[in-house]
Amino acid sequence: MTGSEPVLDVRDLTVEFSSEDGPLRAVDGVSFRIRRGEIVGLVGESGAGKSLTSEAIMGLIRRPPGRIAGEVWFGGRDLLTLDEPALARIRGKDIAMIFQNPSASLNPVFRVGDQMLEAMALHLPEPRAALRERVVETLGRVGISSPRARARDYPHQFSGGMAQRVMIGMGISCVPSLLIADEPTTALDVTIQAQVLALIRGLARELGVAVLLVSHDLGIISQMCHRVLVMYAGRVVEEASVATIFRAPAHPYTRGLIECLPRLHGNGRLGAIAGMMPGLRALPSGCRFHPRCPIAEPRCAAEAPALRPLATDRAAACHLAGVS
Amino acid sequence: MSAPPPLLEVRDLVKHFPVRANPLAALWPAATRRVVHAVDGVSFAIEAGETLGLVGESGCGKTTTGRLVLRAIEPTRGRIIFEGQDITALPASQLLPFRRKVQIVFQDPYSSLNPRMTVGQMVAEPIRVHRIAAGPEVESRVRALLDMVGLSPEYFRRYPHELSGGQRQRVGIARALAVGPRLVVADEAVSALDVSVRAQILNLLVELRERLGLAYLFVSHDLGVIRFVSHRVAVMYLGKLVEVASTGALFKQPLHPYTQALLAAIPAVGDGETSIFDDPTRLLEGELPNPIDLPRGCRFASRCPHRMARCDEAEPVLREAAPGHAVACYLYA
Amino acid sequence: MAQPLGAGGRSFDAEGVSVSQPTAAPADARGARVGVRRVWRRFARNPGAVFGLAVFLGIVAMAVLAPVLAPYDPLAQGVGKPLEGPTFAHWAGTDSFGRDIMSRIIYGARVALVVGLVAVALAMVIGVTLGLISGYYGGVVDVVIMRVMDGLFAFPIIILAIAMMAVMGFGVRNVIIAVAVGFIAPFARVTRGDVLAVKEEPYIEAARLAGVGSLAIIFRHVLPNVLAPIIVQGALRVSGAIITESGLSFLGLGPPPPTPAWGRMIAEGQTFIVMAPHVATIPGIALMLAIVALNLLGDGLRDTLDPRMRR
Repeated sequence: MTGSEPVLDVRDLTVEFSSEDGPLRAVDGVSFRIRRGEIVGLVGESGAGKSLTSEAIMGLIRRPPGRIAGEVWFGGRDLLTLDEPALARIRGKDIAMIFQNPSASLNPVFRVGDQMLEAMALHLPEPRAALRERVVETLGRVGISSPRARARDYPHQFSGGMAQRVMIGMGISCVPSLLIADEPTTALDVTIQAQVLALIRGLARELGVAVLLVSHDLGIISQMCHRVLVMYAGRVVEEASVATIFRAPAHPYTRGLIECLPRLHGNGRLGAIAGMMPGLRALPSGCRFHPRCPIAEPRCAAEAPALRPLATDRAAACHLAGVS
Repeated sequence: MSAPPPLLEVRDLVKHFPVRANPLAALWPAATRRVVHAVDGVSFAIEAGETLGLVGESGCGKTTTGRLVLRAIEPTRGRIIFEGQDITALPASQLLPFRRKVQIVFQDPYSSLNPRMTVGQMVAEPIRVHRIAAGPEVESRVRALLDMVGLSPEYFRRYPHELSGGQRQRVGIARALAVGPRLVVADEAVSALDVSVRAQILNLLVELRERLGLAYLFVSHDLGVIRFVSHRVAVMYLGKLVEVASTGALFKQPLHPYTQALLAAIPAVGDGETSIFDDPTRLLEGELPNPIDLPRGCRFASRCPHRMARCDEAEPVLREAAPGHAVACYLYA
Repeated sequence: MAQPLGAGGRSFDAEGVSVSQPTAAPADARGARVGVRRVWRRFARNPGAVFGLAVFLGIVAMAVLAPVLAPYDPLAQGVGKPLEGPTFAHWAGTDSFGRDIMSRIIYGARVALVVGLVAVALAMVIGVTLGLISGYYGGVVDVVIMRVMDGLFAFPIIILAIAMMAVMGFGVRNVIIAVAVGFIAPFARVTRGDVLAVKEEPYIEAARLAGVGSLAIIFRHVLPNVLAPIIVQGALRVSGAIITESGLSFLGLGPPPPTPAWGRMIAEGQTFIVMAPHVATIPGIALMLAIVALNLLGDGLRDTLDPRMRR
């Protein structure tokens, strides 16, 4: 599963926007790597900056007004230095992206098969007849029954789950090395979600696709990912393997999140984190989590903790990491 | 000695939506009129102070059921009996006392509050409409309600756009409680909230129920939430109840294949060593059938791993398989 | 973490309890008053809109202060040599009766504004009410009202106004009514469209389920939320109303002479367009300025109000 070179190497990624109240840093110094066949999760609540991170990687943030700093290494090149045409060649071919709402990505007035064909034609130099066969084969591979007939259907004839599978199909048809999935199943029912997620897991396992999975759902993260990054107010506060992070979370926010989940035993009170994630205009001094932190000390308000490694393959941004 | 009637009783509730919302549709012969079978013969009861969780995936009819119970929409057939009184056919003019006793908390905190009214105005409105108080007493009641849901007095004058999702949801709860209801329909009340806020609101709902003796009809697609908040659970599929049991029994021993599939498909926080998504046997095949053209037999048959010949002939009836645990499945009939 | 309920049921997990920094979503913490200031700031960023507002206020001032501002009695004939071009004594010159044109323009603003504002206000009240009823109740009522509105829409306003004046006779009051009738339909339609959308919002259902009556819902819940586009429509239509009034008085159907009305002044100046162009042109310029200013004002209002009110 592990190759020597990471497929994706993000270094110190920062996304900033101007506003009436000054520059707002929505993503602040995020770094991580994804290896071949590895599924890395980016978890956090709304406003944490995880979607912006994945959009920045794909070059989907318009700048101006956004300002992006850092490096995003993929295929030996820094994506942040590439111009739009170069990025367009990579998108859809080497990096695939699927979003929360698949129907928004499909044009309602064209047949699904035709849309897939057009997407493939952009990247694969094969004759159209061959591409048509690819479309059918791809639809079959993502588990859509009667693929030849379904290719002639329009998007409104597809349910949410099937549409998402079409998007995955389009994404993998050109055999990408990286798949970015941003809340891919939030809009789907549980049983359909299971099918879609199993599909993604299969891609990583069998085709070696590297996956960046963005989600707010800790259960999904736990079952899907090998490694996890927890984001809060634009920063990564903890990074570890899935087994470690759920067994012994080091950062108080991670701990709080886990305790918020309705568990399989007992009915008592749910652990809850008081307050809410600060908006970008009202960021606390020092550690951004300290106003809500149950173990905060005066030091936490004064000095922002850096993301320090605690052991091999795990890191946390907390002065009191490991203290419970 | 006779037990008091349940707070809410619903019998054979049916709601069909016409496929074509055409005022002239009434002219067409009934046989050719196509309908969406949103709710197709649902019966259950809720006792005072009890929380019944209504769970299912999208299109199963749980939201519609909640609306029917509130008489926000009119049932096609069936009866709704509240505090022993049949309110199914009560004309709108006589519904006011009922509206005091049954209230709703909506899913979307962003559109369930009037953007042009202050928090104080919104919570005061039901109090005034039902003449529960007048004059200065209204304001003190509103403040007490805000306090009860965890909002400090300064929120009285705020507008919704100044509040976060969790705060808005608290306002919605305060508004629902303003009239002193006995039953609250929570329609995906926490689904649109972030994880940590969700926990806060769930804790609040549980505290309030304990304090005020409220009954909840808790509609949700999230089994974890349902498990936390419900005393009993009813599982719906395509407009019908497939299993009803106490929370403990349902989660420990789900009987209906659909319930089992649902539970197997939920990603819960695990040990990180194995993944449920690597195990194909846990997956439910196929898609939901069309709620307009339903099969003749059991609606779940097309996806059921235990499908038998019987299942395609006629629909199984919801009946008790164990004390307090009802299932609609030929495996147990 | 979560604090337990204290005695007397005080707040717990209270996001409302002030922390060092309000952690609420970024927005005004001081309510509606600051909201108005913000709206003004947005408006003020649009130079055209500010210009429009300034000119409009100027016209209003002109109309209100006419007795003070006008150098001469607008009806007095022979205060200067007839058909004399602009001079120091007469800034806009004189017309064929020797009347001071400047004074007549100033007084003419009264007619324009009164007709414009009152007619639009009347049309707004009637149109919005119809739109509210039509949109909220739907069904047959909706169909009937909207078909009537469609009929009204089909008529060019001028033709409609002419027909009504022919029946009702002249006079400022009838001009106002005629113009108002022409503008009912757009208000009804705009209102209805937004009512249809607002009607589906959960907070409306919440009010209904709380037992609030239909009329209260319409006026207390629906109306405030559809007000923004209506105000914009109103501003934009005032210019249309003024044009209509000028058109009517140009055709001789406006307020009867000798009352100064810009449209009629233009008509009177037609005959002398070659020898004394100022008689027709200057009132024309006044009219044009007013219209442009009002349109800029309306556009500015729309840009300021619309996206914000779509919360």
